[in-house]
Amino acid sequence: MLELRNIRLTQKEAGADFTLSVSAAVPNGSRIAVIGPSGAGKSTLMSLIGGFARSDEGQLIWRGEDLTNSTPAKRPIAHLFQDHNLFAHMTAAQNVGLGIRPNLRLSSEETARVCEALAAVGLKGFERRKPAELSGGQQSRVALARVLVQEKPLVLLDEPFSALGPAMRREMIALAKDVGTRLGATMLMVTHDIADVEAFADQVIWIEDGRCDPPRDWSEIKANPPSGLSAYIGT
Amino acid sequence: MAFRILAIRLWPGLLAAAIVAVLSLGTLGAVALRAEGMSGLSRFDWMAVRFTVVQAALSALLSVLFAIPAARALARREFFGRGLLITLLGAPFILPTIVAILGLTAVFGKSGLLAVALGWVGLEPISIYGFHGVILAHVFFNLPLATRLLLQGWSAIPAERFRLASALEFSPSATFRHIELPMLKEIVPGALTVIFLICTTSFAVALTFGGGPKATTVELAIYEAFRYDFDLGKASLLALVQVAICVIAAAGSLFFRVPQVGHGGIGRRVLRFDGHHAQSRVLDGFWIVVVSLFLLTPLLMIFIRGGAGIFSLPVSVWEAALRSVVTAVGSAALAICLALSLVLSAQRWKVLEVIGLSSIAASPLVMGTGLYIVMFAVTDPADWALLVTALVNAVMSLPFMLRALSPALAAAERDYGRLSASLGLTGWAYVRLVLLPRLRLPLGFSGGLAAALSMGDLGVITLFARPDGATLPLQIYRLMGSYRMEQAMGAALLLLMLSLGLFYIFDAWGRRRA
Repeated sequence: MLELRNIRLTQKEAGADFTLSVSAAVPNGSRIAVIGPSGAGKSTLMSLIGGFARSDEGQLIWRGEDLTNSTPAKRPIAHLFQDHNLFAHMTAAQNVGLGIRPNLRLSSEETARVCEALAAVGLKGFERRKPAELSGGQQSRVALARVLVQEKPLVLLDEPFSALGPAMRREMIALAKDVGTRLGATMLMVTHDIADVEAFADQVIWIEDGRCDPPRDWSEIKANPPSGLSAYIGT
Repeated sequence: MAFRILAIRLWPGLLAAAIVAVLSLGTLGAVALRAEGMSGLSRFDWMAVRFTVVQAALSALLSVLFAIPAARALARREFFGRGLLITLLGAPFILPTIVAILGLTAVFGKSGLLAVALGWVGLEPISIYGFHGVILAHVFFNLPLATRLLLQGWSAIPAERFRLASALEFSPSATFRHIELPMLKEIVPGALTVIFLICTTSFAVALTFGGGPKATTVELAIYEAFRYDFDLGKASLLALVQVAICVIAAAGSLFFRVPQVGHGGIGRRVLRFDGHHAQSRVLDGFWIVVVSLFLLTPLLMIFIRGGAGIFSLPVSVWEAALRSVVTAVGSAALAICLALSLVLSAQRWKVLEVIGLSSIAASPLVMGTGLYIVMFAVTDPADWALLVTALVNAVMSLPFMLRALSPALAAAERDYGRLSASLGLTGWAYVRLVLLPRLRLPLGFSGGLAAALSMGDLGVITLFARPDGATLPLQIYRLMGSYRMEQAMGAALLLLMLSLGLFYIFDAWGRRRA
């Protein structure tokens, strides 16, 4: 279980300060969609869990272990960011290989694992391609192959497919689900699209003005929506 | 609060900053100690101060003045060879001073093209030596720089404004007043300051074309006090004067927004709807032809007159060439190490980068004087001539290296910092796998500039070199001095090709995608 215990984080911004406060628990192996208006604090929540931002108060607990003060690499987390998920100067295989060894000194067995992972996301034979020679969807596949070899129990996706078209996005979300299932990982995905929520999530976290609700079932939320949600969806 | 993404150690940056500080400030300290108890500045020295300031101001003024119509013509005209001409405007930066001097001599000198042409119409040849020679050479070097800066300004004006101007049927003078003048007001002061700063540290030009009471810069006066009189006290005092001039000029450059010359961004032609009048076409054409001739003819003369001599060069020239190449490559390697150390450690301590930039206000001759004074106490400085040349030039290269590397590093951090941190890609692996590949392009480009700069150096080396230990530029200067012009031209062509070659190799390495 991922527990966010009474976490508060204040960011100084021009004009007014922004405060994110969270108290939530995410069950193991679940897939959570994080939704909310722009500037509500979705990405800040991801940074907080990922270790790129530090909370002023509260604790982040993963399976009984306190992660509040650990560095990003020490956390059991694989990331898919909104952009720059791949190093432009490295081949697909190198980009995946970083997930096994950050110094890229791979044994032959580890290299084989890289190839397997690329094959698993449908990119067999693309090992030596660089990101510039891949389509947007293929780049997402490479990033997912890296998540696969990283074998982390927690996967954070911060709008990683927002630049793709609707059909490609559905495909990538299905692939991400598949990767998550293989790893048995807990997944959190930030998205703007209700279609993504329905295709991906078991449960949904609604964020508004830095206030973060605990995860609930999507059907339950739809039946009894928070005040801001109807305005956000626009129905 | 964000976690530190980069866990780079500080000591390489501190070491590099220490080296820079010792060379720029430490040498100054050595100079200042030595300058105690000297007789003060003579009338001759004050004339040098005056000349330094006046020639720098005039050079800056003329360069920018001619650059304005030239840049406007380049900005709005499309013609065959336009791209090549713009590329060539960047060439003076890697063109060794002595090569340009020889080229200018071949055109404007006593038996040059101009003198021949004047002879046809029965006029006396004019001399290139003295005040106007120095100005001519400085304009030759800085007109291209000014043109590039202004061309950037013109390219930065949104095309919509020119569209609007034509929709409102602006006259040419109204277009100039409302659209171009505001841009010029912003760029011109910065361009003037930069060129003024460059010209105040002029040594090689003054050494060859100047001299005598009417055309001696402070840098040249330092050299003369040092070389002819071996009056270290006087050299030191002049060095302090030189530093004062540099610091005042550099402070001025902080005051004005100094435009940057980047690579790219100026190749785009401004789409304009004015300038279709026959009069403005003729005017633009005139300026393009005049500037092209002014810049290209001297270089062409090096090829024509040097081409014959290059195969019959004495062994001493080839030896000097070898020394120069070794020095230049060493200097570039040193500059790259210093710049990388500074720029990486500056991620944690911003002040380190400022120290690296400080050499912009330093004078190589002053550094040389200081080093000479310190080394003279313990050893024979001439034994270290090449090392000192490499070191001083490396430090002088730091400002433009840091300016090239710093934005690239910031971009790499912005784009890949989080990803790297999440993957545990830190320390040396991060430098090796992420930063160096991302910095490769500016590293190759600025490393090439550093190599070319050091290759063409005719400054510090003149203080240190023994008669049998000259670098190629110094050897060319000596050949000129003994009126062996054909050999000097041949050697200049060799130097030009070596400088361009070195720059090309570094730059090509930066561009290569492995």
